Amino acid sequence: MNGAQDLGGMMGFGPIAPEADEPMFHHEWERRAHAVTLAAGACGLWNLDIGRHARESLPPAAYLSKSYYDIWISAVQKLALRTGMVDEAELRSGKAIAAARPVPGKWLAADVAKALAEGTPYTRPAPAPALFAAGATIRTKVMNPTTHTRLPQYARGKSGVVEAVRGCFVFPDSNAHGGGEDPRWLYTVRFTARELWGADADPSLEVSIDAFEPYLERA
Amino acid sequence: MSDHDHDHSELSEVELRVRALETVLVEKGYIDPTALDAIVETYEHKVGPRNGARVVARAWSDPEFRARLLSDATSAIAELGYGGRQGEHMVAVENTPGRHNLVVCTLCSCYPWPVLGSPPVWYKSPAYRSRAVIDPRGVLAEFGVELPAETQIRVWDSTAEIRYLVIPMRPDDTLGLSEERLAALVTRDSMIGVGLPLSPDSAEVR
Repeated sequence: MNGAQDLGGMMGFGPIAPEADEPMFHHEWERRAHAVTLAAGACGLWNLDIGRHARESLPPAAYLSKSYYDIWISAVQKLALRTGMVDEAELRSGKAIAAARPVPGKWLAADVAKALAEGTPYTRPAPAPALFAAGATIRTKVMNPTTHTRLPQYARGKSGVVEAVRGCFVFPDSNAHGGGEDPRWLYTVRFTARELWGADADPSLEVSIDAFEPYLERA
Repeated sequence: MSDHDHDHSELSEVELRVRALETVLVEKGYIDPTALDAIVETYEHKVGPRNGARVVARAWSDPEFRARLLSDATSAIAELGYGGRQGEHMVAVENTPGRHNLVVCTLCSCYPWPVLGSPPVWYKSPAYRSRAVIDPRGVLAEFGVELPAETQIRVWDSTAEIRYLVIPMRPDDTLGLSEERLAALVTRDSMIGVGLPLSPDSAEVR
């Protein structure tokens, strides 16, 4: 979706202002928000892509004004409500009222190190050979889905070169919406800055994205 | 900074929401509070940019490791014991005299956790995410890095599950330094591509 998360090439956000010796968390609530986000996800009612879509579909003004851990926790609130883990009255009162619903998973303390160390590999067996090889010239599609996609607006309808074939991966556009993993080939696709930004662009710049096969067509 | 003022004014409201959600999820048995402590412990004490610095120092010291890192970064990084969540599919990209690499996630906050830890606030900010792909030299200038005009700049937008680690160029006058001393020169920012490694002189001062 063309939401506020799709920031590449936007202007007016001011200086980046990196903070020297930045702490990992600025407030105790950020520490809790980080841990709660991971532990709630481990219950198994949503996946990574559903989580990302919950964040990017926050209202644009909220997305752009919240700190990032607030975006995370706001998305977890939304997903916990949507999946019936909690209800509004519980979140208002901060107390459990209704009975818990069954969930597929739960992390105990002893599970955490192993689960984080294993991660969640997103590669899958390929259902078909890759359409493109490294070195191929391609064009990204012009598309504006109202649903989750990982093709940024700045890189739509652009001509580029396949730099690497990364393997077959879970397809976020499907996996974010209950459509299953629907594995697709993933490519690193390189563009010149002039192709992306026009004649005044920095001639020494190239930008790549990692693009799923359905985002690409033959040039 | 405006971000922090903003955090401050909203602190109590956000804090209440986080506390309510955590309490309800724990009371209903979905979340084990000791698991939360274990997550915090992992990311505050076990995972962070020192891991990535050891990877880079090994690459600077051991040409065979460097070759493995460039051909299959996930496996090479696992040789040092690092891997897992948000580092399942790693790619290492090497700076050279002719080319400088910079990593961003314009769509969210994708970042290689096992080697760099949690991303800094600026990495997740609209300011960085918007500008990195259109004006990386302007971004680098803000970080105090000026590259020759003829240096090619390559920006990697992490739009899928590949996570990128920049291998910065080894600083001059570091011949014979141990891996441990080399690792002390490797900053987090140099592995994102917004900074350069420290010189041995400046590292002594630190």
